[in-house]
Amino acid sequence: MPQGDTAPLIRARGLTKRFAALTAVDAVDFDVAAGEAFGFLGPNGAGKTSTMRMIGCVSPRSGGELTVLGMDPETQGPRIRSRLGVVPQEDTLDMELTVFENLLIYGRYFDVSYRETRRRAGELLEFVQLNERRDDLVEKLSGGMKRRLTIARSLINEPDLALLDEPTTGLDPQARHLVWERLYRLKQKGTTLVLTTHYMDEAEQLCDRLVVMDKARIVAEGSPRALIERYSTREVLELRFPVGVQETLDGQLDGLGDRVEQLPDRVLVYTADGESAAVAAHERGLRPETVLVRRSSLEDVFLRLTGRTLVE
Amino acid sequence: MAVAGVRHLEHNLLVYRRVWRGTAFSTLVSPVLFLSAMGLGLGSLIPGGVARFDGVSYLAFLAPGLLAAQAMQTATIESSWPLLAGFKWLKTFQGAIATPQGPSDIALGHLYWQVVRVGIVTGVFLLVALAFGAMTMPRAFLAWPAAILTGLAFGMPMAAWTATQHTESSFPVIFRFVITPLFLFSGTFFPIEQLPAAIQPVAWLTPLFHGVALTRALALGHGLDPLVLGIHFAALGALVVAGAAVALITFRRRLIV
Repeated sequence: MPQGDTAPLIRARGLTKRFAALTAVDAVDFDVAAGEAFGFLGPNGAGKTSTMRMIGCVSPRSGGELTVLGMDPETQGPRIRSRLGVVPQEDTLDMELTVFENLLIYGRYFDVSYRETRRRAGELLEFVQLNERRDDLVEKLSGGMKRRLTIARSLINEPDLALLDEPTTGLDPQARHLVWERLYRLKQKGTTLVLTTHYMDEAEQLCDRLVVMDKARIVAEGSPRALIERYSTREVLELRFPVGVQETLDGQLDGLGDRVEQLPDRVLVYTADGESAAVAAHERGLRPETVLVRRSSLEDVFLRLTGRTLVE
Repeated sequence: MAVAGVRHLEHNLLVYRRVWRGTAFSTLVSPVLFLSAMGLGLGSLIPGGVARFDGVSYLAFLAPGLLAAQAMQTATIESSWPLLAGFKWLKTFQGAIATPQGPSDIALGHLYWQVVRVGIVTGVFLLVALAFGAMTMPRAFLAWPAAILTGLAFGMPMAAWTATQHTESSFPVIFRFVITPLFLFSGTFFPIEQLPAAIQPVAWLTPLFHGVALTRALALGHGLDPLVLGIHFAALGALVVAGAAVALITFRRRLIV
């Protein structure tokens, strides 16, 4: 297979997906290099899943170019898929089978022998800490366990590239951290990760590089750190005022920081030094109910780029 | 690569290994009930029955008809709710196509699975029929593949249809207005010559009639006119092939979006 060291694992140029009147993905360009963890960050409906499905060779593109592992999904779908590990947004586990049997049949789908699949399944159950639930029906697992099983299942073919569509959506914080930790280990072992998320902390934790998607387009690209530096300030001062007060403030906040953002329930002051801005606000006679100084996050980047908050 | 569709068959067998006990009772009891109530019970009330039914008892006349009808029902059920579960409720088919498998593997695998499933159900039926003396060896062995073919003639078109469905609402309608009338009027319980003359040609257009006629001819060893048998076989075969061809299209449309 012709694939030099520098060739990207995924290359998209003008990649487009249309469903009848709706353009779900509108001419996006991106590259994913071998070994990196790459993220698509954006709200629901931004086009993340459609992009993932095109990469996963289960959804034909409507336009543009796409190569995955150096091959064209349109003509080499099965060959590409044999080297992918896919965690879909919704679990597709077979509830009528046990944990172990779900892994077993999935290995067979990849033409792995029963003997080898059994060996790998044992290791993977260890990896996602589901050993003790091996012979339980999937139906009986919690949401977090099902998600971990789906991740284990996606690794049964020892993929070069893992595609994870919202791997932790709907999980409690404990389960999320366990999944993050496992994904981090996977990355350490050299597996290339591509994931979508609408959680800022997830993107910051896991992604070396990400693109921000909004309304079918990519609106920014870079490492989490670089994006924050480019589109936000080092710190953010959050001020929450008593009901009705925020609307009467016009003008009084000007110049407190590099930029002031009024959200329905609070005011965000973007500044290099949150503490000083808080003191300055107090000196101006402002009496917010709560004052919080925090580090800038991808949430702020998203707000800056789209004028909207990301989740919920 | 394995033969197309074999992995999907393996998946079904894996599930069946877990659930077969739940279906075993009805698989065994259904032929016992029908053959005793209709074949022995009702059959004893039919005067001169032996002469009227091709020179055999009503029980022997009925058994191959029920066998073909059982195949039809099993295959149709197997191609309705369980398939929609794969497409919609469990989404296991979406899981499968993320691997080197494609929609055609699932459609073909479903065909193989129906051969197995219908083969088991009709095989049990044959054993019960033999125990009742309603069939004899080795002809019962000839009736078996005919019954399986009859099942596929319903199962594959039904599978093609299910792939286009987003709810289960059409399934009870199909059972009430297609499967049950065919079950009653396709020569299962009485020869279609008993139907009004105007309706008899209609019977020739219904698939179960061909399945019953073929299965019965092979089981009884009567009426083995090669031309007529050829027509029955061709009608059933055409339905299997057409159903599978459409299923390949509808499975693809459903899964690749």
